[in-house]
Amino acid sequence: MLRVRDLRVGIGALKILRGVDLDIARGETVGLVGEGGSGKSMLALAIMGLLPDAAHAEGSVRFEDAELLHADEPTLCRVRGARIAMVFQEPATALDPRVPIGRQVAEAARAHGVAAPAARARALLARVGLAGVSPGAYPHQMSGGQRQRAMIAGALVCEPPLLLADEPTTALDTITQAGVLELLAELAAERQMAMLLISHDLNVVARATARTAVMYAGRIVETARTPVRPRHPYTAALLAASSVAAALPKPIPGAMPGPRDLPPGCAYAPRCPRADAACAVDPTLVDGVACHHPFW
Amino acid sequence: MRVRGLVRAYRGKTVLHGIDLDLASGATLGIVGESGSGKSTLARTVLGLERPQAGTVQVAGTMQAVFQDPGGSLDPRMTVAASVGEAIFRLTRAERHAAVRAALADVGLPPALAAALPHQLSGGQRQRVAIARALVARPALVVADEPLSALDVSVRAQIVLLLRELRARHGIGWIFISHDLAALRHLADETVVLRAGRIVERGPTACLLDAPQHPYTRELVAASLLYPPALSP
Repeated sequence: MLRVRDLRVGIGALKILRGVDLDIARGETVGLVGEGGSGKSMLALAIMGLLPDAAHAEGSVRFEDAELLHADEPTLCRVRGARIAMVFQEPATALDPRVPIGRQVAEAARAHGVAAPAARARALLARVGLAGVSPGAYPHQMSGGQRQRAMIAGALVCEPPLLLADEPTTALDTITQAGVLELLAELAAERQMAMLLISHDLNVVARATARTAVMYAGRIVETARTPVRPRHPYTAALLAASSVAAALPKPIPGAMPGPRDLPPGCAYAPRCPRADAACAVDPTLVDGVACHHPFW
Repeated sequence: MRVRGLVRAYRGKTVLHGIDLDLASGATLGIVGESGSGKSTLARTVLGLERPQAGTVQVAGTMQAVFQDPGGSLDPRMTVAASVGEAIFRLTRAERHAAVRAALADVGLPPALAAALPHQLSGGQRQRVAIARALVARPALVVADEPLSALDVSVRAQIVLLLRELRARHGIGWIFISHDLAALRHLADETVVLRAGRIVERGPTACLLDAPQHPYTRELVAASLLYPPALSP
């Protein structure tokens, strides 16, 4: 349903995305994981046609038989909100403080001429666990978790076949986070809705997705069934760093190179314990891993 | 530190219902709870930033705080040296200079960063500055409110290791406040679970994680982001 091919996005001479390939099938849930600056949010913006004006893009983003990259604004408007919806990290800033929540949930339905927007909004508020919240309530009268649930209801009002969720639970408490992730997974399953869940934490996407894609320095370096048994050394390092289990977490040595200081060859090689002379050649993603020395 | 019968209410709504805490000098205590549990109020009351309606807080020595968002807790116009030196303004210039250098080295920051402004630092570096600022005045107790939650995974791991190192190096007591019980495993020897202003369970952090007794603690453990085990490559 979504087919991203060799997507390259740059701002000036800076290469932010360096050839991203990603497929999402109908109803498939995919987690996109990477450190800050890996390009994961830029990928979401490119899919939504929301790249900043200064950005230039090459490659292809095909969605339901339409090319979205460089599509005209009317095409993007038909897709955005109706066919692809998005949920952001900060519901506090993404919601309008002056508008009652019921109206905001119904907004996309009104904009796209869907029938009975108010009734849909009420039903969705109930479905996301906000039956007790009046559609007339304002965002400031709700908790952070309730606001995020309301954002999700608003994203689903046009029944989009694809939902992009960018760090939707980062600002939430553990229990609230677990509840929202469970809700997202349930909604995706019951509506046959595909989802791209973006997070810096492997543990977050493990809770709500069937496949995980790991991004590093503007490229996808590994993709595998969730929970990932790492083949790429970077995925293994991320897992060891995020470990909240009995073992002490291990920081990843060094830092991810920015678009200004990309090394030649494999971008992870300078931090990688398995790197050798072969890594001077940039690896491509083959059978789900872009590495000359995968673990298995 | 010894806290007895701490009660805090706002406009008739009781947020803390008689909290008792004990912390031996140099020991570490975790306080876990959701937003609304009263954990931040408890921290502020222990720090003396809020007055309790009833109860007592006794601390042998001074206290310092480290807050969640190091971006917001550092003055954007002040250099690293000025921010860290603020806590020891009574010392002479030369003494202050030496103490700031030592505090930066203590948290693994190069001396060259003393002249930097907060926006020139990474998130991890800012959190290190906040920790240096708390340690420079040699307090008996540091209260750290969600010191990890605004950080990327790898930086978070670095700060966990740094805090453990500092814990071992100085005989300072630490209170770590978090909504994530699993995040406390490597920081706090003991943890209390706070719910709606009451402590529902307390014990060694590893025991709470591995064998939670109270249903609410069980819920917290289930919600914690524990990766499915046995997935090492």
